[in-house]
Amino acid sequence: MTFSNKRTMDCLHWTLRKTSAEVLQQTRSTTKAHLPVIHPYLSNCGNKAMANNFARILSSKRNVGIMSLVGAGSLTAAFLLNREHVTAGAQVRRVYPASAEYPDLRKHNNCMASHLTPAIYAKLVDKATPNGYTLDQAIQTGVDNPGHPFIKTVGMVAGDEESYEVFADLLDPVIKERHNGYDPQIMTHPTDLDSSKLKSGKFDERFVLSSRVRTGRSIRGLSLPPACTRAERREVEKVVVDALAGLKGDLAGTYYSLTHMTDQEQQQLIDDHFLFDKPVSPLLTCSGMARDWPDARGIWHNNTKTFLIWINEEDHTRVISMEKGGNMKRVFDRFCTGLKEVERLIQEKGWEFMWNERLGYILTCPSNLGTGLRAGVHVNLPKLSKDPRFTKILDNLRLQKRGTGGVDTAAVGSTFDISNLDRLGQSEVQLVQTVVDGVNYLIDCEKKLEKGQDIKIPPPVRK
Amino acid sequence: MPFGNTHNVLKLKYASSEEYPDLSQHNNHMAKILTPAIYERLRSKETPSGFTLDDVIQTGIDNPGHPFIMTVGCVAGDEETYEVFKELLDPIIEDRHGGYKPTDKHKTDLNPDNLKGGDDLDPNYVISSRVRTGRSIRGFCLPPHCSRGERRGVEKMSVEALDSLSGDLKGKYYALKNMTDAEQQQLIDDHFLFDKPVSPLLLASGMARDWPDGRGIWHNDTKTFLVWVNEEDHLRVISMQKGGNMKEVFNRFCTGLTKIETLFKDKGTSFMWNEHLGYVLTCPSNLGTGLRAGVHVKIPNMSKHDKFEEVLKRLRLQKRGTGGVDTAAVGGTFDISNADRLGFSEVELVQMVVDGVKLLVEMEKKLEKGQSIDDLMPAQK
Repeated sequence: MTFSNKRTMDCLHWTLRKTSAEVLQQTRSTTKAHLPVIHPYLSNCGNKAMANNFARILSSKRNVGIMSLVGAGSLTAAFLLNREHVTAGAQVRRVYPASAEYPDLRKHNNCMASHLTPAIYAKLVDKATPNGYTLDQAIQTGVDNPGHPFIKTVGMVAGDEESYEVFADLLDPVIKERHNGYDPQIMTHPTDLDSSKLKSGKFDERFVLSSRVRTGRSIRGLSLPPACTRAERREVEKVVVDALAGLKGDLAGTYYSLTHMTDQEQQQLIDDHFLFDKPVSPLLTCSGMARDWPDARGIWHNNTKTFLIWINEEDHTRVISMEKGGNMKRVFDRFCTGLKEVERLIQEKGWEFMWNERLGYILTCPSNLGTGLRAGVHVNLPKLSKDPRFTKILDNLRLQKRGTGGVDTAAVGSTFDISNLDRLGQSEVQLVQTVVDGVNYLIDCEKKLEKGQDIKIPPPVRK
Repeated sequence: MPFGNTHNVLKLKYASSEEYPDLSQHNNHMAKILTPAIYERLRSKETPSGFTLDDVIQTGIDNPGHPFIMTVGCVAGDEETYEVFKELLDPIIEDRHGGYKPTDKHKTDLNPDNLKGGDDLDPNYVISSRVRTGRSIRGFCLPPHCSRGERRGVEKMSVEALDSLSGDLKGKYYALKNMTDAEQQQLIDDHFLFDKPVSPLLLASGMARDWPDGRGIWHNDTKTFLVWVNEEDHLRVISMQKGGNMKEVFNRFCTGLTKIETLFKDKGTSFMWNEHLGYVLTCPSNLGTGLRAGVHVKIPNMSKHDKFEEVLKRLRLQKRGTGGVDTAAVGGTFDISNADRLGFSEVELVQMVVDGVKLLVEMEKKLEKGQSIDDLMPAQK
């Protein structure tokens, strides 16, 4: 099904842009009676940023695909605008009212369960994104995984960029809870990948063993891992691998597809601690992101093994810059240079990353919105880690500790993985600076304790 | 995981070849039968409830299979799946069920009087006897595809029917999510409790969604008739007791099933059934009777005999360990049951088990005495 009539497509673009403008004039409404030809999922939003974002999504070249969903023809405008047609041909599956479908969340402890009231469920349950992603799919992982009394998981995912708009009534409060009060309705997220602004990013290597920065990026116009079709997933792989092939200098590297890897390549990647495996955590598998494994999954890394990209694991891409030692500045420099270069290369082919000023970079899990950035070090703190004030010091510095095996592992000996707590509401530069300042403070405490001096709990870092 | 059909519409904008799964490492019935041409013809179809081709085959894509054990690799989301996707499912059914053709008719016979013998399997050898099957309630989607509301509807209707059973079938329902610790322990001790599936074969089909919502176990007071609600199928019905009186087990099985079916008919519905496929269940391997009749039997000598596998094959029986499918036998005690499901009636299959186990016990006795079993070798059934 191809969309060959450029003029019809231009008209459709115009019609939809105009529709977005009309939306701006509407106030929040709970009925659709006086909104005849408005997208249902915009009808309740007077939010300018949201409408602009939607217009931007539609104007992006890659969303020819969404237009072609509609099929060529003169009624395409009406077709898309009347949401019933999006599900035309399908029997309405819901034989039961929303109250009969509402999940039993009494034993649940995750952000989704905390905010999904029967009223919100009833409001959103019949909606779908243009790609057909539904509320039940978004929350399935949270229904299937009640959670842990101490660790509060998010409990829902996005199937595509539009999920964050269509299901905003649920996602916005979830985001607010998870991201320490960040309100997507009124706040904007700063993006700053100018690594030259980072101050004093070189750590004492007597304590810091390695430095690492990671984030994720999604390709606009293609569904996210919980919802993507095989063809979309393969397209993500192709787009990204083509771009990475254009990297030069110390960024030049090789792609290893999980399907075609030789045993030798596999062993090398395991030894380098680069290889990712099929997810086993039910938090991930219940969202549908492990379907068709290992089709279109792979690992790319540069020849010096300091810049690494995972393709189609939990997100379209995960980008990692890392080195042994304490030179966080160089790690962050390479991170920013690499990311900008990859972005430039995909833009040459007409693609772009999912991003908006409300939520920053769009990723599968709401916990990774904004920067999606985790900057961290493996650091040895034998004395400080035994001090009863250690946890409080970390809290005030907005840092978190993990074992060196990653999230949910215990520390071995006294070597910890220390990284930023926040993801959204602060820029990349700000978050890495927080880690740099915080880790320097921790090292300073450790040195003081070595000399038998006392340490102080720092005042809370201002967000 | 089931997607709405609009998601299927999204896929159609890509060429069929771009969406076709990579089955190069795969060994299951679905991967053997599916071709790019079949995929192209079927991918735009869906059942009235929105179940699509990719929903049918997802479990077979995600689980490449085993070099020795041939899994089916596909599931049904509703009764219509077997019609809408017959181009793919008919050859799979033929392959799995010994050459059963799309035009063949399946005979259902739940009259226990038609079973000859079966009440005198030697209890010195036969430790326990059991018959199980599955049933689906017409009008509801099957476990891979059902919504929470539908699954709860199945539970409600089933429990209402079961609660009106009387006599030696009178019993009680234990919902998984409301079970007390004491009840749970008792069900475990009785070997009745089923747990959330862990096999990726099942998980990949979407049947474990929303666990344990809408799931539960019903059993009669004498603990000889047991029904699982919303596990791999809407209902799994089990009749069992210690000893070798398979006739009694089968009597209760048929009586119970017939009574339950009548109760559903009173409510204006019925079990999914048609004259070609018999009883319709989630997995194509369980079509027809969905029946597995078996015994736990002590045959240490027979099982070490080099003709053991050949005898089983000729008797149309299969062996398993006493822990169920894919377990190993412990100490010479085997689970022996019918290998077939479709193309034979319930009575015929139980007859095969009764006659076959009788023969195996005779052979065991001969081997104990050091005698040969050559004159007892059966013909191929």
